[in-house]
Amino acid sequence: MATVLARTRADTRIEPNATLIDPRALAGKRQRKQFVPRALQRLLGPVLLVALWQLLSSTGVFNERTVPPPSRVVSAAVHLIADGSLQDHLLTSLLRVGYGAAFGIALGLTLALVSGLSRVGENFVDANMEVLRAVPNFALVPLLIVWFGISEVPKITLITLAVAVAIYINTFSAIRSVDAGLVEAARSFGVGRAELIYRVILPGSLPGFLVGLRLALTASWLSLIFAETINAKKGLGRMMTDAREYFQIDVVFVLIGVYAILGLTSILIVRFLEARLLTWRRAYDGD
Amino acid sequence: MTVTEAATDTVVIARGVRKAFGDHVVIDDLDLEIRSGEFVALLGRSGSGKSTFLRALGALDGDFEGFVRVPERRAIVFQDPRLLPWQRVLTNVTVGLPATAAVRAQARAALSEVNLTDKAKVWPRTLSGGEAQRVALARALVREPELLLLDEPFGALDALTRIKMHGLLLALCRMHQPAVLLVTHDVDEAILLADRVIVLTDGSISLDVDVAVPKPRARDSHEFATLRRRLLAELGVTGEIQL
Repeated sequence: MATVLARTRADTRIEPNATLIDPRALAGKRQRKQFVPRALQRLLGPVLLVALWQLLSSTGVFNERTVPPPSRVVSAAVHLIADGSLQDHLLTSLLRVGYGAAFGIALGLTLALVSGLSRVGENFVDANMEVLRAVPNFALVPLLIVWFGISEVPKITLITLAVAVAIYINTFSAIRSVDAGLVEAARSFGVGRAELIYRVILPGSLPGFLVGLRLALTASWLSLIFAETINAKKGLGRMMTDAREYFQIDVVFVLIGVYAILGLTSILIVRFLEARLLTWRRAYDGD
Repeated sequence: MTVTEAATDTVVIARGVRKAFGDHVVIDDLDLEIRSGEFVALLGRSGSGKSTFLRALGALDGDFEGFVRVPERRAIVFQDPRLLPWQRVLTNVTVGLPATAAVRAQARAALSEVNLTDKAKVWPRTLSGGEAQRVALARALVREPELLLLDEPFGALDALTRIKMHGLLLALCRMHQPAVLLVTHDVDEAILLADRVIVLTDGSISLDVDVAVPKPRARDSHEFATLRRRLLAELGVTGEIQL
Protein backbone atom coordinates (compact mmCIF):
# COMPACT_ATOMS: atom_id res chain seq x y z
CA MET A 1 0.00 0.00 0.00
CA ALA A 2 2.77 2.35 0.95
CA THR A 3 4.59 1.75 -2.29
CA VAL A 4 1.50 2.53 -4.32
CA LEU A 5 1.04 5.84 -2.53
CA ALA A 6 4.66 6.75 -3.06
CA ARG A 7 4.47 5.99 -6.74
CA THR A 8 1.33 8.07 -7.18
CA ARG A 9 3.06 11.06 -5.69
CA ALA A 10 6.06 10.59 -7.91
CA ASP A 11 3.84 10.27 -10.98
CA THR A 12 2.09 13.53 -10.17
CA ARG A 13 5.35 15.34 -10.43
CA ILE A 14 6.02 14.17 -13.98
CA GLU A 15 2.60 13.62 -15.49
CA PRO A 16 -0.05 15.85 -13.83
CA ASN A 17 -3.53 14.65 -13.11
CA ALA A 18 -5.29 14.27 -16.45
CA THR A 19 -8.24 16.42 -15.33
CA LEU A 20 -6.00 19.49 -14.90
CA ILE A 21 -5.67 21.74 -17.90
CA ASP A 22 -3.38 24.46 -19.12
CA PRO A 23 -5.37 27.75 -18.75
CA ARG A 24 -3.70 29.11 -21.89
CA ALA A 25 -5.65 26.56 -23.91
CA LEU A 26 -8.91 28.19 -22.82
CA ALA A 27 -7.86 31.85 -22.88
CA GLY A 28 -8.68 33.68 -26.10
CA LYS A 29 -6.09 33.69 -28.85
CA ARG A 30 -3.65 36.52 -28.61
CA GLN A 31 -4.28 39.31 -31.08
CA ARG A 32 -2.12 38.98 -34.15
CA LYS A 33 -0.12 41.89 -35.41
CA GLN A 34 -2.22 44.02 -37.74
CA PHE A 35 -0.70 44.61 -41.16
CA VAL A 36 -3.66 46.48 -42.63
CA PRO A 37 -4.83 49.60 -40.73
CA ARG A 38 -8.10 49.12 -38.87
CA ALA A 39 -9.81 51.91 -40.83
CA LEU A 40 -9.10 50.09 -44.10
CA GLN A 41 -10.28 46.78 -42.66
CA ARG A 42 -13.59 48.38 -41.79
CA LEU A 43 -14.03 49.39 -45.45
CA LEU A 44 -14.20 45.72 -46.41
CA GLY A 45 -17.96 45.50 -45.82
CA PRO A 46 -18.97 48.43 -48.06
CA VAL A 47 -16.48 47.40 -50.77
CA LEU A 48 -17.92 43.87 -50.86
CA LEU A 49 -21.43 45.28 -50.99
CA VAL A 50 -20.61 47.45 -54.02
CA ALA A 51 -18.88 44.52 -55.70
CA LEU A 52 -21.97 42.36 -55.14
CA TRP A 53 -24.15 45.17 -56.49
CA GLN A 54 -22.01 45.43 -59.64
CA LEU A 55 -22.12 41.66 -60.07
CA LEU A 56 -25.90 41.45 -59.72
CA SER A 57 -26.30 44.36 -62.18
CA SER A 58 -23.94 42.84 -64.76
CA THR A 59 -25.67 39.48 -64.61
CA GLY A 60 -29.02 41.18 -65.10
CA VAL A 61 -30.54 40.25 -61.71
CA PHE A 62 -31.15 43.94 -61.00
CA ASN A 63 -33.34 45.88 -63.40
CA GLU A 64 -31.11 48.60 -64.84
CA ARG A 65 -33.97 51.11 -64.85
CA THR A 66 -34.59 50.88 -61.10
CA VAL A 67 -31.13 49.85 -59.89
CA PRO A 68 -28.40 51.30 -62.10
CA PRO A 69 -24.99 49.60 -61.76
CA PRO A 70 -22.33 51.34 -59.59
CA SER A 71 -20.37 52.21 -62.72
CA ARG A 72 -23.29 54.30 -64.04
CA VAL A 73 -23.79 56.00 -60.66
CA VAL A 74 -20.11 56.96 -60.66
CA SER A 75 -20.27 58.30 -64.19
CA ALA A 76 -23.41 60.28 -63.27
CA ALA A 77 -21.51 61.78 -60.34
CA VAL A 78 -18.56 62.66 -62.57
CA HIS A 79 -20.94 64.29 -65.02
CA LEU A 80 -22.73 66.32 -62.29
CA ILE A 81 -19.39 67.50 -60.90
CA ALA A 82 -18.01 68.33 -64.36
CA ASP A 83 -20.88 70.63 -65.26
CA GLY A 84 -20.67 72.22 -61.78
CA SER A 85 -24.30 71.61 -60.85
CA LEU A 86 -23.53 69.31 -57.88
CA GLN A 87 -21.17 71.84 -56.27
CA ASP A 88 -23.65 74.64 -56.89
CA HIS A 89 -26.54 72.86 -55.20
CA LEU A 90 -24.29 71.45 -52.48
CA LEU A 91 -23.03 74.93 -51.56
CA THR A 92 -26.59 76.23 -51.19
CA SER A 93 -27.48 73.30 -48.92
CA LEU A 94 -24.27 73.65 -46.91
CA LEU A 95 -25.02 77.33 -46.30
CA ARG A 96 -28.53 76.48 -45.08
CA VAL A 97 -27.20 73.83 -42.71
CA GLY A 98 -24.36 76.13 -41.65
CA TYR A 99 -26.66 78.98 -40.68
CA GLY A 100 -29.19 76.63 -39.14
CA ALA A 101 -26.54 74.84 -37.11
CA ALA A 102 -24.94 78.10 -35.93
CA PHE A 103 -28.24 79.66 -34.85
CA GLY A 104 -29.48 76.37 -33.43
CA ILE A 105 -26.37 75.76 -31.33
CA ALA A 106 -26.49 79.32 -29.97
CA LEU A 107 -30.20 79.07 -29.18
CA GLY A 108 -30.04 75.56 -27.71
CA LEU A 109 -27.03 76.38 -25.56
CA THR A 110 -28.55 79.61 -24.24
CA LEU A 111 -31.81 77.90 -23.35
CA ALA A 112 -29.95 74.96 -21.73
CA LEU A 113 -27.99 77.38 -19.55
CA VAL A 114 -31.08 79.37 -18.55
CA SER A 115 -32.94 76.17 -17.78
CA GLY A 116 -30.05 74.21 -16.31
CA LEU A 117 -28.73 76.85 -13.94
CA SER A 118 -32.01 77.94 -12.38
CA ARG A 119 -35.25 76.32 -11.33
CA VAL A 120 -37.21 79.38 -12.49
CA GLY A 121 -35.58 79.11 -15.90
CA GLU A 122 -36.44 75.43 -16.03
CA ASN A 123 -40.09 76.23 -15.31
CA PHE A 124 -40.20 78.64 -18.22
CA VAL A 125 -38.17 76.73 -20.77
CA ASP A 126 -38.05 73.00 -20.19
CA ALA A 127 -41.66 71.95 -20.81
CA ASN A 128 -41.76 74.00 -24.00
CA MET A 129 -38.65 72.32 -25.34
CA GLU A 130 -40.01 68.89 -24.45
CA VAL A 131 -43.15 69.68 -26.44
CA LEU A 132 -41.09 70.93 -29.37
CA ARG A 133 -39.03 67.76 -29.21
CA ALA A 134 -42.18 65.62 -29.28
CA VAL A 135 -43.55 67.35 -32.39
CA PRO A 136 -42.17 65.90 -35.65
CA ASN A 137 -40.11 68.53 -37.39
CA PHE A 138 -41.91 68.07 -40.67
CA ALA A 139 -45.25 69.06 -39.08
CA LEU A 140 -43.93 72.59 -38.64
CA VAL A 141 -43.35 73.10 -42.36
CA PRO A 142 -46.86 74.41 -43.24
CA LEU A 143 -46.75 76.90 -40.37
CA LEU A 144 -43.30 78.13 -41.32
CA ILE A 145 -44.45 78.66 -44.91
CA VAL A 146 -47.48 80.64 -43.74
CA TRP A 147 -45.35 82.78 -41.44
CA PHE A 148 -42.20 83.29 -43.50
CA GLY A 149 -43.22 82.55 -47.08
CA ILE A 150 -41.00 80.41 -49.28
CA SER A 151 -37.75 82.30 -48.82
CA GLU A 152 -34.62 81.04 -47.06
CA VAL A 153 -36.09 82.01 -43.67
CA PRO A 154 -38.43 79.04 -43.13
CA LYS A 155 -35.75 76.62 -44.35
CA ILE A 156 -33.10 77.90 -41.98
CA THR A 157 -35.65 78.20 -39.17
CA LEU A 158 -36.60 74.56 -39.54
CA ILE A 159 -32.96 73.45 -39.28
CA THR A 160 -32.35 75.87 -36.41
CA LEU A 161 -35.22 74.37 -34.41
CA ALA A 162 -34.06 70.80 -34.95
CA VAL A 163 -30.51 71.66 -33.92
CA ALA A 164 -31.62 73.73 -30.93
CA VAL A 165 -33.79 70.91 -29.58
CA ALA A 166 -31.00 68.31 -29.82
CA ILE A 167 -28.45 70.65 -28.23
CA TYR A 168 -30.88 71.76 -25.53
CA ILE A 169 -32.05 68.31 -24.43
CA ASN A 170 -28.54 66.91 -24.07
CA THR A 171 -26.86 69.97 -22.60
CA PHE A 172 -29.64 70.54 -20.07
CA SER A 173 -29.47 66.97 -18.85
CA ALA A 174 -25.66 67.16 -18.76
CA ILE A 175 -25.76 70.31 -16.63
CA ARG A 176 -28.16 68.65 -14.24
CA SER A 177 -26.05 65.54 -13.95
CA VAL A 178 -22.83 67.33 -13.03
CA ASP A 179 -21.59 65.55 -9.89
CA ALA A 180 -23.25 67.27 -6.92
CA GLY A 181 -20.24 66.31 -4.79
CA LEU A 182 -17.95 68.39 -6.99
CA VAL A 183 -20.28 71.37 -6.80
CA GLU A 184 -20.49 71.01 -3.02
CA ALA A 185 -16.71 70.73 -2.68
CA ALA A 186 -16.13 73.73 -4.96
CA ARG A 187 -18.58 75.82 -2.95
CA SER A 188 -16.89 74.80 0.29
CA PHE A 189 -13.62 76.14 -1.11
CA GLY A 190 -15.17 79.54 -1.71
CA VAL A 191 -15.97 79.19 -5.41
CA GLY A 192 -18.48 81.88 -6.37
CA ARG A 193 -21.36 81.66 -8.83
CA ALA A 194 -19.43 82.76 -11.93
CA GLU A 195 -16.42 80.56 -11.24
CA LEU A 196 -18.73 77.65 -10.45
CA ILE A 197 -20.31 77.99 -13.89
CA TYR A 198 -17.15 78.25 -15.97
CA ARG A 199 -14.94 75.99 -13.91
CA VAL A 200 -17.30 73.26 -12.79
CA ILE A 201 -20.65 73.22 -14.58
CA LEU A 202 -19.68 74.10 -18.14
CA PRO A 203 -16.68 71.75 -18.39
CA GLY A 204 -18.68 69.10 -16.58
CA SER A 205 -21.48 69.27 -19.12
CA LEU A 206 -19.18 69.43 -22.15
CA PRO A 207 -19.36 65.67 -22.87
CA GLY A 208 -23.17 65.88 -22.89
CA PHE A 209 -23.06 68.93 -25.14
CA LEU A 210 -20.89 67.06 -27.63
CA VAL A 211 -23.34 64.15 -27.68
CA GLY A 212 -26.01 66.76 -28.39
CA LEU A 213 -23.87 68.25 -31.15
CA ARG A 214 -23.52 64.87 -32.82
CA LEU A 215 -27.29 64.34 -32.78
CA ALA A 216 -27.87 67.95 -33.81
CA LEU A 217 -25.71 67.66 -36.92
CA THR A 218 -27.49 64.46 -37.92
CA ALA A 219 -30.83 66.17 -37.31
CA SER A 220 -29.72 69.17 -39.35
CA TRP A 221 -29.26 67.05 -42.51
CA LEU A 222 -32.60 65.41 -41.93
CA SER A 223 -34.28 68.80 -41.56
CA LEU A 224 -32.51 70.02 -44.67
CA ILE A 225 -34.34 67.39 -46.70
CA PHE A 226 -37.66 68.57 -45.24
CA ALA A 227 -36.68 72.23 -45.64
CA GLU A 228 -35.83 71.82 -49.29
CA THR A 229 -39.26 70.47 -50.05
CA ILE A 230 -40.36 74.09 -49.49
CA ASN A 231 -40.15 75.32 -53.05
CA ALA A 232 -36.35 75.39 -53.13
CA LYS A 233 -34.81 76.72 -56.35
CA LYS A 234 -31.48 75.25 -55.40
CA GLY A 235 -30.06 72.70 -53.06
CA LEU A 236 -29.64 68.96 -52.82
CA GLY A 237 -33.37 68.59 -52.11
CA ARG A 238 -34.17 70.37 -55.36
CA MET A 239 -31.81 68.07 -57.24
CA MET A 240 -33.52 65.11 -55.63
CA THR A 241 -36.98 66.36 -56.63
CA ASP A 242 -35.84 66.94 -60.22
CA ALA A 243 -34.18 63.53 -60.41
CA ARG A 244 -37.40 61.90 -59.24
CA GLU A 245 -39.50 63.89 -61.73
CA TYR A 246 -37.27 62.92 -64.67
CA PHE A 247 -36.70 59.39 -63.34
CA GLN A 248 -32.91 59.82 -63.14
CA ILE A 249 -32.36 56.99 -60.66
CA ASP A 250 -28.58 57.23 -61.04
CA VAL A 251 -28.72 60.86 -59.81
CA VAL A 252 -30.86 59.76 -56.85
CA PHE A 253 -28.12 57.27 -55.96
CA VAL A 254 -25.47 59.97 -56.28
CA LEU A 255 -27.44 62.23 -53.93
CA ILE A 256 -27.90 59.46 -51.38
CA GLY A 257 -24.13 59.02 -51.51
CA VAL A 258 -23.63 62.75 -50.96
CA TYR A 259 -25.95 62.72 -47.94
CA ALA A 260 -24.01 59.76 -46.54
CA ILE A 261 -20.68 61.56 -46.97
CA LEU A 262 -22.08 64.73 -45.34
CA GLY A 263 -23.44 62.76 -42.38
CA LEU A 264 -20.17 60.89 -41.89
CA THR A 265 -18.20 64.14 -42.14
CA SER A 266 -20.34 65.69 -39.39
CA ILE A 267 -19.63 62.75 -37.13
CA LEU A 268 -15.90 63.03 -37.86
CA ILE A 269 -16.01 66.73 -36.92
CA VAL A 270 -17.60 65.92 -33.57
CA ARG A 271 -15.11 63.10 -32.96
CA PHE A 272 -12.28 65.54 -33.64
CA LEU A 273 -13.78 68.05 -31.18
CA GLU A 274 -14.18 65.32 -28.57
CA ALA A 275 -10.56 64.29 -28.96
CA ARG A 276 -9.42 67.88 -28.59
CA LEU A 277 -11.74 69.07 -25.83
CA LEU A 278 -11.96 65.99 -23.64
CA THR A 279 -8.27 65.21 -23.20
CA TRP A 280 -8.82 65.09 -19.43
CA ARG A 281 -10.91 61.98 -19.88
CA ARG A 282 -8.02 59.95 -21.21
CA ALA A 283 -6.48 57.68 -18.65
CA TYR A 284 -2.91 58.56 -19.44
CA ASP A 285 -1.48 61.78 -20.82
CA GLY A 286 2.17 61.05 -21.32
CA ASP A 287 5.28 61.61 -19.26
CA MET B 1 -22.30 76.36 30.61
CA THR B 2 -22.99 79.56 28.74
CA VAL B 3 -21.46 80.71 25.53
CA THR B 4 -19.29 83.36 27.18
CA GLU B 5 -17.46 80.74 29.20
CA ALA B 6 -15.65 79.37 26.18
CA ALA B 7 -11.87 79.70 26.41
CA THR B 8 -10.30 82.41 24.28
CA ASP B 9 -8.43 79.98 22.04
CA THR B 10 -11.57 78.01 21.22
CA VAL B 11 -12.13 77.77 17.48
CA VAL B 12 -15.22 75.56 17.43
CA ILE B 13 -18.19 76.03 19.72
CA ALA B 14 -21.23 73.80 19.33
CA ARG B 15 -24.06 73.93 21.88
CA GLY B 16 -27.26 71.96 21.77
CA VAL B 17 -26.87 71.00 18.12
CA ARG B 18 -29.83 69.00 16.87
CA LYS B 19 -30.58 67.67 13.46
CA ALA B 20 -33.43 65.47 12.35
CA PHE B 21 -34.48 63.99 9.04
CA GLY B 22 -38.24 63.86 9.56
CA ASP B 23 -38.83 61.83 12.73
CA HIS B 24 -35.33 60.39 12.71
CA VAL B 25 -33.08 62.38 15.05
CA VAL B 26 -29.50 62.16 13.78
CA ILE B 27 -27.80 64.61 16.13
CA ASP B 28 -29.38 65.10 19.53
CA ASP B 29 -28.31 67.97 21.81
CA LEU B 30 -24.62 67.77 21.00
CA ASP B 31 -22.10 70.01 22.78
CA LEU B 32 -18.49 70.28 21.63
CA GLU B 33 -15.59 72.67 21.82
CA ILE B 34 -12.35 72.41 19.94
CA ARG B 35 -9.35 74.55 20.86
CA SER B 36 -6.92 76.09 18.46
CA GLY B 37 -4.44 73.53 17.13
CA GLU B 38 -6.22 70.63 18.79
CA PHE B 39 -6.61 67.35 16.88
CA VAL B 40 -9.97 65.77 17.68
CA ALA B 41 -11.10 62.43 16.29
CA LEU B 42 -14.81 61.80 16.13
CA LEU B 43 -15.59 58.10 16.23
CA GLY B 44 -18.93 56.48 15.70
CA ARG B 45 -20.64 53.62 14.03
CA SER B 46 -22.23 54.26 10.66
CA GLY B 47 -25.41 56.23 11.13
CA SER B 48 -24.20 57.72 14.41
CA GLY B 49 -24.43 61.23 12.97
CA LYS B 50 -20.70 61.95 12.82
CA SER B 51 -20.62 62.93 9.15
CA THR B 52 -23.81 64.94 9.58
CA PHE B 53 -22.13 66.90 12.37
CA LEU B 54 -19.06 67.55 10.22
CA ARG B 55 -21.30 68.77 7.40
CA ALA B 56 -22.94 71.19 9.82
CA LEU B 57 -19.56 72.56 10.97
CA GLY B 58 -18.35 72.78 7.37
CA ALA B 59 -21.35 74.89 6.32
CA LEU B 60 -22.31 72.19 3.82
CA ASP B 61 -25.67 71.78 5.50
CA GLY B 62 -27.27 74.75 7.23
CA ASP B 63 -30.44 72.95 8.23
CA PHE B 64 -29.86 72.22 11.93
CA GLU B 65 -30.79 73.69 15.30
CA GLY B 66 -28.50 74.95 18.03
CA PHE B 67 -25.62 77.35 18.53
CA VAL B 68 -22.54 76.81 16.37
CA ARG B 69 -19.50 79.01 15.77
CA VAL B 70 -16.64 78.06 13.46
CA PRO B 71 -13.71 80.06 12.07
CA GLU B 72 -14.05 81.72 8.72
CA ARG B 73 -10.99 79.93 7.38
CA ARG B 74 -12.08 76.31 7.15
CA ALA B 75 -11.24 73.57 4.74
CA ILE B 76 -12.67 70.14 4.18
CA VAL B 77 -11.14 66.90 2.93
CA PHE B 78 -13.83 64.47 1.82
CA GLN B 79 -13.70 60.71 1.67
CA ASP B 80 -13.44 60.87 -2.13
CA PRO B 81 -10.92 63.44 -3.37
CA ARG B 82 -13.55 65.40 -5.34
CA LEU B 83 -11.00 66.87 -7.73
CA LEU B 84 -12.34 68.50 -10.87
CA PRO B 85 -11.36 65.98 -13.57
CA TRP B 86 -11.18 68.69 -16.25
CA GLN B 87 -8.74 70.93 -14.36
CA ARG B 88 -5.05 70.23 -13.94
CA VAL B 89 -3.86 69.37 -10.45
CA LEU B 90 -2.50 72.86 -9.75
CA THR B 91 -5.78 74.53 -10.72
CA ASN B 92 -7.59 72.08 -8.48
CA VAL B 93 -5.46 73.26 -5.57
CA THR B 94 -6.11 76.95 -6.26
CA VAL B 95 -9.83 76.55 -6.95
CA GLY B 96 -11.84 79.36 -5.36
CA LEU B 97 -8.73 81.46 -4.69
CA PRO B 98 -7.76 84.57 -6.67
CA ALA B 99 -5.79 83.69 -9.82
CA THR B 100 -2.57 85.47 -8.89
CA ALA B 101 1.05 84.42 -9.20
CA ALA B 102 1.37 84.48 -5.41
CA VAL B 103 -1.51 82.02 -5.01
CA ARG B 104 -0.01 79.73 -7.63
CA ALA B 105 3.31 79.82 -5.81
CA GLN B 106 1.56 78.90 -2.56
CA ALA B 107 -0.24 76.07 -4.34
CA ARG B 108 3.08 74.75 -5.67
CA ALA B 109 4.48 74.91 -2.15
CA ALA B 110 1.44 73.00 -0.86
CA LEU B 111 1.93 70.36 -3.55
CA SER B 112 5.57 69.98 -2.60
CA GLU B 113 4.53 69.53 1.05
CA VAL B 114 2.48 66.51 -0.02
CA ASN B 115 5.38 65.33 -2.26
CA LEU B 116 3.55 65.93 -5.54
CA THR B 117 5.66 68.72 -7.03
CA ASP B 118 5.95 66.91 -10.36
CA LYS B 119 2.21 66.30 -10.66
CA ALA B 120 1.17 69.97 -10.85
CA LYS B 121 0.40 69.82 -14.57
CA VAL B 122 -1.25 66.41 -14.90
CA TRP B 123 -4.95 65.55 -15.11
CA PRO B 124 -6.43 64.21 -11.87
CA ARG B 125 -7.50 61.01 -13.61
CA THR B 126 -3.88 59.94 -13.95
CA LEU B 127 -3.33 60.01 -10.17
CA SER B 128 -3.52 57.03 -7.87
CA GLY B 129 -6.03 57.08 -5.02
CA GLY B 130 -3.41 58.12 -2.49
CA GLU B 131 -2.01 60.84 -4.76
CA ALA B 132 -5.48 62.25 -5.40
CA GLN B 133 -6.16 62.39 -1.69
CA ARG B 134 -2.84 64.18 -1.16
CA VAL B 135 -3.91 66.77 -3.72
CA ALA B 136 -7.13 67.16 -1.74
CA LEU B 137 -4.99 67.74 1.37
CA ALA B 138 -2.90 70.33 -0.47
CA ARG B 139 -6.08 72.03 -1.67
CA ALA B 140 -7.26 72.26 1.94
CA LEU B 141 -3.95 73.37 3.46
CA VAL B 142 -3.15 76.05 0.88
CA ARG B 143 -6.00 78.00 2.48
CA GLU B 144 -4.13 77.97 5.84
CA PRO B 145 -7.31 76.86 7.63
CA GLU B 146 -7.86 77.46 11.33
CA LEU B 147 -10.15 74.45 11.23
CA LEU B 148 -9.49 71.39 9.08
CA LEU B 149 -12.45 69.05 8.69
CA LEU B 150 -11.57 65.53 7.59
CA ASP B 151 -14.50 63.31 6.64
CA GLU B 152 -13.07 59.76 6.64
CA PRO B 153 -10.31 60.98 4.32
CA PHE B 154 -8.41 57.68 4.25
CA GLY B 155 -11.40 55.36 4.21
CA ALA B 156 -11.07 54.48 0.54
CA LEU B 157 -7.31 53.92 0.58
CA ASP B 158 -5.48 50.63 0.89
CA ALA B 159 -3.91 49.81 4.26
CA LEU B 160 -0.31 50.54 3.26
CA THR B 161 -1.13 53.88 1.65
CA ARG B 162 -3.19 54.76 4.71
CA ILE B 163 -0.18 54.28 7.01
CA LYS B 164 1.87 56.66 4.85
CA MET B 165 -0.97 59.18 4.81
CA HIS B 166 -1.14 59.12 8.62
CA GLY B 167 2.50 60.13 8.86
CA LEU B 168 2.07 62.83 6.24
CA LEU B 169 -1.02 64.24 7.92
CA LEU B 170 0.72 64.45 11.32
CA ALA B 171 3.73 66.22 9.77
CA LEU B 172 1.49 68.70 7.97
CA CYS B 173 -0.55 69.40 11.09
CA ARG B 174 2.63 70.07 13.06
CA MET B 175 3.64 72.54 10.36
CA HIS B 176 0.35 74.36 9.90
CA GLN B 177 -1.19 73.95 13.37
CA PRO B 178 -4.85 73.90 12.37
CA ALA B 179 -7.53 72.61 14.69
CA VAL B 180 -8.60 69.28 13.20
CA LEU B 181 -11.83 67.36 13.40
CA LEU B 182 -11.28 63.90 11.95
CA VAL B 183 -14.40 61.85 11.40
CA THR B 184 -13.54 58.17 11.20
CA HIS B 185 -14.73 54.72 12.11
CA ASP B 186 -11.19 53.40 12.42
CA VAL B 187 -10.28 53.21 16.13
CA ASP B 188 -6.55 52.73 15.48
CA GLU B 189 -6.47 55.75 13.22
CA ALA B 190 -8.16 57.86 15.88
CA ILE B 191 -5.67 56.82 18.59
CA LEU B 192 -2.65 57.22 16.30
CA LEU B 193 -3.51 60.75 15.22
CA ALA B 194 -5.67 62.54 17.73
CA ASP B 195 -5.09 64.49 20.94
CA ARG B 196 -8.64 63.73 21.96
CA VAL B 197 -11.13 61.09 20.88
CA ILE B 198 -14.87 61.55 21.02
CA VAL B 199 -17.35 58.74 20.53
CA LEU B 200 -20.71 59.62 19.11
CA THR B 201 -23.55 57.26 19.92
CA ASP B 202 -27.06 57.85 18.61
CA GLY B 203 -26.34 61.50 17.90
CA SER B 204 -24.76 62.55 21.17
CA ILE B 205 -21.33 62.27 22.78
CA SER B 206 -21.03 59.11 24.85
CA LEU B 207 -17.29 59.33 25.52
CA ASP B 208 -14.78 62.17 25.41
CA VAL B 209 -11.25 61.09 26.27
CA ASP B 210 -7.77 62.63 25.95
CA VAL B 211 -5.31 60.31 24.26
CA ALA B 212 -2.54 59.74 26.81
CA VAL B 213 -0.54 57.35 24.67
CA PRO B 214 3.04 58.68 24.51
CA LYS B 215 4.34 59.75 21.09
CA PRO B 216 5.44 58.31 18.77
CA ARG B 217 2.44 56.10 19.21
CA ALA B 218 2.96 52.40 18.72
CA ARG B 219 0.03 50.11 18.12
CA ASP B 220 1.63 47.43 20.28
CA SER B 221 2.08 49.63 23.37
CA HIS B 222 0.08 48.88 26.50
CA GLU B 223 -1.61 52.31 26.60
CA PHE B 224 -2.65 51.97 22.97
CA ALA B 225 -4.19 48.56 23.54
CA THR B 226 -6.03 49.71 26.66
CA LEU B 227 -7.55 52.75 25.00
CA ARG B 228 -8.34 50.72 21.91
CA ARG B 229 -10.28 48.20 24.01
CA ARG B 230 -12.16 50.97 25.76
CA LEU B 231 -13.14 52.71 22.54
CA LEU B 232 -14.20 49.48 20.85
CA ALA B 233 -16.34 48.63 23.87
CA GLU B 234 -17.92 52.07 23.65
CA LEU B 235 -18.66 51.38 19.98
CA GLY B 236 -20.24 48.09 20.97
CA VAL B 237 -17.66 45.65 19.64
CA THR B 238 -14.98 43.51 21.20
CA GLY B 239 -11.59 43.43 19.56
CA GLU B 240 -11.63 39.67 19.02
CA ILE B 241 -13.26 37.78 16.23
CA GLN B 242 -15.84 35.46 17.72
CA LEU B 243 -16.21 32.05 16.23
